[in-house]
Amino acid sequence: MPNTEYIITLCDGPSCIHKGSRTVKDALEEAIAKHNMQDKVKIHLSGCLGMCSKGPIVIVNPGYTIYGSVTEADAAEIIEQHLINGKYVTRLVVDEDHLYNRFFRIFGDNDFFGKQMRITLRNCGIIDPENIDDYLSLRGYEALAKVLTELTPKDVIDEVKTSGLRGRGGGGFPTGVKWDFTANAPGDERYVICNADEGDPGAFMDRSAIEGDPHTILEGMAIAGYAIGSTKGIVYIRAEYPLAIKRLEKAIEDASKNNLLGDNILGSEFSFDIEIRLGAGAFVCGEETALIHSIEGSRGMPRPRPPYPSVKGLFGKPTLINNVETWANIPVIILDGGKWFSSIGTETSKGTKVFAVAGMVKNTGLVEVPMGTTLRNIVYDIGGGIEGGGKFKAIQTGGPSGGCLPEEYLDTKVDYESLAAVGSIMGSGGMIVIDEHSCMVDVAKFFLEFTQDESCGKCTPCREGTKRMLEILTRITQGKGKPGDIEKLERLGTMAQRSSLCGLGQSAPNPVLSTIKNFRQEYEDHIFNKKCVAGVCGALLTYTIIEKCVGCGACKRVCPTNAISGTRKQLHTIDQDACIKCGQCYDTCKFEAITKA
Amino acid sequence: MIEMKDQKIDELKEYIAATQSNDNPESYLIAVLHKVQGLFGYLPREVMDVVAKAMNIPTAHIWGVATFYHYFNLKPVGKHIVSVCMGTACYVRGAGKVLEALKKNIGVEIGETSEDKLFTLQEARCLGACGIAPVIMIDDKIYGELTGKTATELIKKYRKAAKG
Ligand SMILES: Cc1cc2nc3c(=O)[nH]c(=O)nc-3n(C[C@H](O)[C@H](O)[C@H](O)COP(=O)(O)O)c2cc1C
Ligand code: SF4
Ligand code: FES
Repeated sequence: MPNTEYIITLCDGPSCIHKGSRTVKDALEEAIAKHNMQDKVKIHLSGCLGMCSKGPIVIVNPGYTIYGSVTEADAAEIIEQHLINGKYVTRLVVDEDHLYNRFFRIFGDNDFFGKQMRITLRNCGIIDPENIDDYLSLRGYEALAKVLTELTPKDVIDEVKTSGLRGRGGGGFPTGVKWDFTANAPGDERYVICNADEGDPGAFMDRSAIEGDPHTILEGMAIAGYAIGSTKGIVYIRAEYPLAIKRLEKAIEDASKNNLLGDNILGSEFSFDIEIRLGAGAFVCGEETALIHSIEGSRGMPRPRPPYPSVKGLFGKPTLINNVETWANIPVIILDGGKWFSSIGTETSKGTKVFAVAGMVKNTGLVEVPMGTTLRNIVYDIGGGIEGGGKFKAIQTGGPSGGCLPEEYLDTKVDYESLAAVGSIMGSGGMIVIDEHSCMVDVAKFFLEFTQDESCGKCTPCREGTKRMLEILTRITQGKGKPGDIEKLERLGTMAQRSSLCGLGQSAPNPVLSTIKNFRQEYEDHIFNKKCVAGVCGALLTYTIIEKCVGCGACKRVCPTNAISGTRKQLHTIDQDACIKCGQCYDTCKFEAITKA
Repeated sequence: MIEMKDQKIDELKEYIAATQSNDNPESYLIAVLHKVQGLFGYLPREVMDVVAKAMNIPTAHIWGVATFYHYFNLKPVGKHIVSVCMGTACYVRGAGKVLEALKKNIGVEIGETSEDKLFTLQEARCLGACGIAPVIMIDDKIYGELTGKTATELIKKYRKAAKG
């Protein structure tokens, strides 16, 4: 493409599509055609760039100018002003603060990206994920070539060990050590698996990593194949991610055509194939032994470990399982060295971590930061603070296996040990900001409903324990909580933590126990004072009509039990005995004349 | 109609045959079930017998597997699949209200299909669009920043399009 002068990257993630990125694309193409610039300008569609709340995002290169909230009408202006007249369309530029970051040069100086450090997502949004040449042009498959020509399998494992990389799937097990175990386990055949099941219901970094840069994952897996002596890789991915699956298929096909997968890779003795297997919607299948059963075509139930998969895994053979994000770090470690990698992060946790920041925060999206960044940095500096003017209440990390931390823990550094020390976990990287409008008992109930539903039912503490706990929580939110309920929850929770077979049951009580620890007052308010301060638990609320009422009668018409009375243009009243607390009147009133407390 | 079904069964048999030449052929069961659902929209009982025979796996085992995974529909689904995201970000931003409104408007509980066979209501977990939470997906289209009211309006639009 010798004539190309500009590359325009357009985010094609779900949030941007929803906000109209596809029509922006059409408009850009139209403007380009109008000025006869088809040869000079190339449009890339990228996976989610992680700036969801500022979408649709358009990036013009060279220059790394990021435009946000671009509309169809703005498209022509960007082409004419920026590309033809060489001037920025200032009002659309996403650029708030000037912070230079050498790792993130490519996205220019701006707050959202400037405070991040992208290693895992280094190519996401920069390359065309469906074009292998793009990946190759950014040192793609160079790490694989390097290991095949310069390093012994042991050298590779040592490099990964030196890097200090730990598993990003939640457990945080040292990756190099796991590779070593698998390499040394007796057996004639070995498997390499990529865990792309991404079960945390509020996290989507694995999906974005695959959609934005699928070859990195394949390259990481092939390197591991060489290191541990395996010829067969499998990506186990959720069926709910059709675009990621399609891009992986294309990447595997292209890599095979270029002899970067398949027999005698790059003319070496090493052969390696990768196959895709689909999950089918079971959270527990993210657990490694359950995942293996699922690939084998059975019900995805965990089994006791040891033996660990590294010794006895898929089809009984030694198997290496790593998470998507873990894989994405491998090529960088090989190219830039384990020593460099270990210079980033904290004493015990090296490198960066991707978080999916969402909930009541201004900038929702994906954020990649060095380990050791504080929660406050993530929520306020990168996330832009609380959305909608509410007050910060808690941050939930680690999804259904994690905990809720209140304000006083905001200066906690994100690394495996620090988060565990305050009663939460790193988990896979879901991070949900909760404001004063959420009830913490209800939040705990929400997570427990999830884990209870997903418990595979194999062992009693998990199956029955979560059910009993859910019953108690439900009772509390309905205003029927009894003295002693909190203690009962604690007892049941500790029991499930100690005696469940797999991580699901062992961690299911965490959201409950951490909210009891940090927000005990809210539980007590529900049980003893029959109050829900956040105004969420319907049964505990009283709806009252106040002076502001103009007597329009709108509430009267929607009330399903006819509990509201009053004559036209007069103050109305609610009969508290007849009120079923459905809240419809509250939602209907246009004059804020109904209060709930 | 019957002919179309035969054609689908032939396609399925071909698909299964291709997997059977690989190592560990029985491990392709879940892939085959995905294929069945892709062809028929759900897992019809009589087709399971075809799978059992072609893969040489007892039907009981196949049902055991099929019922374990949420993704598989054991009953026919409606013309449109409405998936309400109940992921954490959507929950925090009021997905519960959206779900209630949809249940009421469509007149079904989660997992059920409306009487006119137009909508099947399902729960989803994080559609990866947390930035525009709360989110629902109708077939493969994502709609975000919804309230109970705007979600109901969407359904009405689909209903109108189906009638008109
Ligand atoms: C209930 C449960 C769900 C899990 N879900 C996932 C998942 O979705 N993705 C993942 O990579 N690991 C998941 N894990 C962790 C895996 O068992 C395993 O530790 C991980 O894939 C190993 O890769 P890593 O060392 O690179 O982290 C889950 C564990 C449990 C107990
Ligand atoms: S802890 Fe729960 S999910 Fe894990 S094996 Fe036991 S019942 Fe199944
Ligand atoms: S939680 Fe609903 S899209 Fe992520």
